[in-house]
Amino acid sequence: MTHRSFFAFILPSLVAMFLFIVLPVGSVIVQSFYVEHDRVLVTVENCGPFGCQQEIRVDTAATQELKREQPLGKFNGFGTYLNRAHLAVDEVAEIVRSSGGLGEMIARIYNLPFYKALSFTLAYTFVVTPLAMLLGFGVALAVNTLPRIAKGPVIFLSLLPYIVTPLIGSLILFWMINPNGVLGATLQLIFDDPDLSLKASPTLTWITLFVYGVWHMAPFPFVVFYAGLQTLPKDTLESAMIDGANRWERIRFVVVPHLVPLATFVGLVLMMDNFRVFEPIVGFSAEANATSLSWAIYNDLNGQVDKLFGSAAATSVLTVIGVVILLIPVLIRTWRDFNRKR
Amino acid sequence: MDFSPHSRSRTQAIVASVLLLAWLVIAAFPFFWTVWGSFKVEADFFSRESWGNALLGTSTVRQTGSAFTLDGYRGAWIEREFWRSVINTAIVTVSVTTISLIFGTLGGYALSRSGYRYTFWILIAALVFRAMPHITLVSGYLLPFFEMNIWGVLPTAIIVLVAINQPFTLWMLHSFFLSIPKDLDESAMVDGCTRFQAFRLAIMPVMWPGVITTGLFSFLLAYNDFAVTSMLLNQDNQTMVPKINSFLGTVQTEGTIMYAVAAVVSATVPLFMLVMFFQRQIVSGLTAGAVKG
Repeated sequence: MTHRSFFAFILPSLVAMFLFIVLPVGSVIVQSFYVEHDRVLVTVENCGPFGCQQEIRVDTAATQELKREQPLGKFNGFGTYLNRAHLAVDEVAEIVRSSGGLGEMIARIYNLPFYKALSFTLAYTFVVTPLAMLLGFGVALAVNTLPRIAKGPVIFLSLLPYIVTPLIGSLILFWMINPNGVLGATLQLIFDDPDLSLKASPTLTWITLFVYGVWHMAPFPFVVFYAGLQTLPKDTLESAMIDGANRWERIRFVVVPHLVPLATFVGLVLMMDNFRVFEPIVGFSAEANATSLSWAIYNDLNGQVDKLFGSAAATSVLTVIGVVILLIPVLIRTWRDFNRKR
Repeated sequence: MDFSPHSRSRTQAIVASVLLLAWLVIAAFPFFWTVWGSFKVEADFFSRESWGNALLGTSTVRQTGSAFTLDGYRGAWIEREFWRSVINTAIVTVSVTTISLIFGTLGGYALSRSGYRYTFWILIAALVFRAMPHITLVSGYLLPFFEMNIWGVLPTAIIVLVAINQPFTLWMLHSFFLSIPKDLDESAMVDGCTRFQAFRLAIMPVMWPGVITTGLFSFLLAYNDFAVTSMLLNQDNQTMVPKINSFLGTVQTEGTIMYAVAAVVSATVPLFMLVMFFQRQIVSGLTAGAVKG
């Protein structure tokens, strides 16, 4: 294809991506170096019957004026990145210096908002991804043994948690685990604890969110692995049976190796999707015990009085850096594939 | 996994079916429970005494005289004007899907037919964009959109969703077009067609399966989005998902939580239909990336 016709074809798509992905990323980076203006303060002399007093007031009009002239705020350099709400360099240094043991140190660092969000995001990504893949693999094996006629309806029901809107899916589960909901009440009965609430402790909240994540994501690996099982090499499988391999040995030595390439793909997509975990935290109202990077950005932007653009932008940049780090192995592999294909 | 039913032991079959049944209950029960409960009053759906009330509708009978009530739906759709959000969602999803597919087919076709190095870089950039959490982009849009005074309206959200959707659409259609033999359009060009004529006459007639599959996923992205629509649309233009979230913020008084339940069920029904009618395409779309790399 000539360069000319190539660019004629791809132009609309490139323009859209440039305007609404590349430019915003640039805008995020610029914003992250700015911070909201201080309020303009004026000293006024307040004279009453008991003498005069100096009083400091906020000059609202001047503050508004300043905001209109320089909507970005004032330049702050890397200040926002290093402050308490983000990398918290000073606080971490202080904690490292003054903490008694490793446990205390980790606990205190975890209490800093950015590290709290980062730990949950990473924990969610690396717990939910493998568990969803395992569950999906198990379901795929089981569905594959079903008679043909049952497969359609079973796949239909299995797809639902994945297709449903994440916020809606988490609300549906949230209402069920509510202490007055069907699951919450049943759990209270089982553990014989009328005050049991899954929102009560961070651990329980984390587990609830992980369970939601596995429930929501498992259908995707299921479908991919199920498709992979349809292309199993029958000859290899039959010779394994003739050689006396039992069911587990056949799974271990024939099926799993056949599915490994699919598993890397599934794992990658799941990691990308899990890393942006956000809606379940809103749906489960879990922000007291679990926050994620995406949620932290949303929270900064959703302020009722002031939107903290600078703070949100700094978290965004750090998040994108995290995404790129996660992706590096894949990028290298794609590069190799591409060179091989050419 | 096994191919001849008679060669497997009975216990294995039973264990597999029990586990599968457990999974099906876990996967589907929450939806059926919520659909059923949306026709009850709050005292039943969130019953303090027993979940049996939610099944039988004890309080619903006491309060409304019948075991099923449409109060939740009436409150959500009429009183809180959920129908507006439904219309907005329809506009957004249809526009996003259409525009995404037009841009995506052209771009994906070009990427599949060009072997130059820059195609690789475009695909890699698309992969990175695909992985970025949408909310990080939203924080870049907000301030410029406020300044340009285009915040809050549907066209803004539509074009942003199209752009966010492009990386995925490009990848999917690129790998789909790779599976269409090059000879098809090249022989058309030998016969004197321009590149665009070759695309229109030789490729377009055979591209619909791939386009439909990709379209389904574009639709789902637009329909399921919360990050973009909740931040970029004002109150009047809200689509369903942010509207449901706003119900949660305001509903504190008795009974109105059922509005949210009814709205959730209303928003889930189209997805049910989608899976029912397009199950085959959704499955093939989910596996397409894996099989073709």
